[in-house]
Amino acid sequence: MRVESNISRNAPADGQQEHWDGEASTGHVLKPGELDLSHNVILYLDDITVSFDGFRALNKLSLQIDAGELRCFIGPNGAGKTTMMDVITGKTRPDSGKAFFGQTIDLTRMTEPQIAHAGIGRKFQKPTIFENHSVFENLELALKTDKRVKKSLFARLFGDDLDKIADTLRQIRLTDQADRPAGLLSHGQKQWLEIGMLLVQDPKLLLLDEPVAGMTDDETERTAELFVSLKGKHSLMVVEHDMAFVEALGGKVTVLHEGSVLAEGDLATVQADQRVIEVYLGR
Amino acid sequence: MRTPVTVKLFAGLGPKGWFAVALAALVGWVLVPMAHLLLPEGHPLHVSTYAITLIGKILCYAVVAVAMDLIWGFGGILSLGHGVFFALGGYSFGMYLMRQIGREGSYQSDLPDFMVFLDWKELPWYWSGSDHFLWALFLAVAVPGLIAWIFGYFAFRSRIKGVYFSIITQALTYAAMLFFFRNETGFGGNNGFTDFKRILGYSITAPETRLVLFGLSVALLLGALILGRVLIASKFGKVLTAIRDSESRVMFIGYNPLHYKLFIWTLSAMLCGLAGALYVPQVGIINPSEMSVANSIEIAIWVAVGGRGTLIGPVLGAGIVNLSKSWFTTSFPEYWLFFLGLLFILVTLYLPQGVVGAWAKLRSRKAVAPAAPALAPSVKAVAATEPELPAGSAAKGASA
Repeated sequence: MRVESNISRNAPADGQQEHWDGEASTGHVLKPGELDLSHNVILYLDDITVSFDGFRALNKLSLQIDAGELRCFIGPNGAGKTTMMDVITGKTRPDSGKAFFGQTIDLTRMTEPQIAHAGIGRKFQKPTIFENHSVFENLELALKTDKRVKKSLFARLFGDDLDKIADTLRQIRLTDQADRPAGLLSHGQKQWLEIGMLLVQDPKLLLLDEPVAGMTDDETERTAELFVSLKGKHSLMVVEHDMAFVEALGGKVTVLHEGSVLAEGDLATVQADQRVIEVYLGR
Repeated sequence: MRTPVTVKLFAGLGPKGWFAVALAALVGWVLVPMAHLLLPEGHPLHVSTYAITLIGKILCYAVVAVAMDLIWGFGGILSLGHGVFFALGGYSFGMYLMRQIGREGSYQSDLPDFMVFLDWKELPWYWSGSDHFLWALFLAVAVPGLIAWIFGYFAFRSRIKGVYFSIITQALTYAAMLFFFRNETGFGGNNGFTDFKRILGYSITAPETRLVLFGLSVALLLGALILGRVLIASKFGKVLTAIRDSESRVMFIGYNPLHYKLFIWTLSAMLCGLAGALYVPQVGIINPSEMSVANSIEIAIWVAVGGRGTLIGPVLGAGIVNLSKSWFTTSFPEYWLFFLGLLFILVTLYLPQGVVGAWAKLRSRKAVAPAAPALAPSVKAVAATEPELPAGSAAKGASA
């Protein structure tokens, strides 16, 4: 509730200005459940620790993602990248530490569907789509809408929804596959479909776990283009081993090792870091 | 902007479906009663009372099979305790039938015979109102629904799935059976309810009463099929099958599977309850053996034999298994369970999609290859018949 002096510097002036009305002395009004980006930070992880049977998958992990940022995560196997995404999406509860979405939304107290509604979308390492549903239906189910039982019983698609699905199909280049069962797509196309399912949800923050694994070079390139175009409107966290892809995305890179941040910076700086080289090349 | 329900119904079923429904209604409501009442016994087309009762019974089983398919075939939740909901519906309605006996029981008392035998002086509180037809009918739906809702809420909230869920449902029906076996429970102990005389004042053995019950069974089955069809075609149905195929993905796109599972689970139990309420007056008895574990497993076998995830499959399955059961139990009674076990093994090994799946496969094989997808009734059938594409053949290596 404090007034931060740097807020006007970071925040887009118009949208945020409303919050100040009548609250000039104490700060802006908090709207419960709504994403508060007043400090221009979309995700805070603070001192997160997760252990499985004594093994510390995450060890006092702390990091921040800025609104609109595209951040890549690299690190050897077992560094805690997937566990980090599990914590953010509510699949795993941390033993200790804080995870906040914006200034106010405490992720450690929410269920997976609640977190999805708050605006965090996730793509899994292995493409998980509904194989028996058509490509179109996959997108229809993911579409941002009221997802309670009562609404689903009588739900119909309207013009806006159809437009949105058609746009997304074009974006992920699956327009001519729309009526095929998703299970019949190629591996790369499944990855694209899952990315499309994230996009129709219109999330503020996208978590993408190895999005280009199993894609052809051409598909990888197009994926990089797509992600770069999403930057700004959405915030993205990408876990990837493919350095060429990470380079194509640009932006900051965070190196995870043994459950905490080892190094952070642009790719060239990180790659020149002696500790990073040691971790990757072995001791 | 909501579509009227009737329009939705028509869209959901299609002209072919409505033709089938009309045909079934014609047979069930007109042809069979005429063949039973108008044709003399001995006429080759005469339908005997035995046949009416047998088919009426199988129709009730078919409703249970459809209810089972909604949760298992479409929701991916295998219940091995569905018999309990069927029996609860049967008992609820059986209470009414017991009260209709009036003073014509062996002890000529206002109380049902078994209560006189136990030396009870008045009806227990939960029997109050049981002399009202509508109240009994309400209980037949509400009791299974309520029990299913409470049980399902805790089971699904704790994310109990797969074989663990199946095992607790078995425990549920077994516990209920032991509870109903006790005389003190007030439901006739191991004899249950029988010797019914009347329903709504009409003699329960009169051919007309039997035909009405038969017609109602036909109606209930058709209603269950139409309801199932509309549900599955709706977005709800798509979410339900999505939960079956990949529950975590469903959660991460913002659906809470708990409410979806709970809805279909409770609905399924209520359908079973209604089927039980129609079953009891037709067979004339309800006792705790309906809640035995074996009975509930048999329900799963009907669905597996007919074809999971199709609506007509369970109806066929219930028919095939029960007709062979009544033939076996009269011809070779001691071999019935062996045959049932064998049937289940053979179906699992050779007909994983059941009779309906095998039929669809046969048809798509006959059709010329390029035209094949056109006749597929559902996405599922296509997926089952077309070979899987090699995943990521042109892909570069995945993660190190």
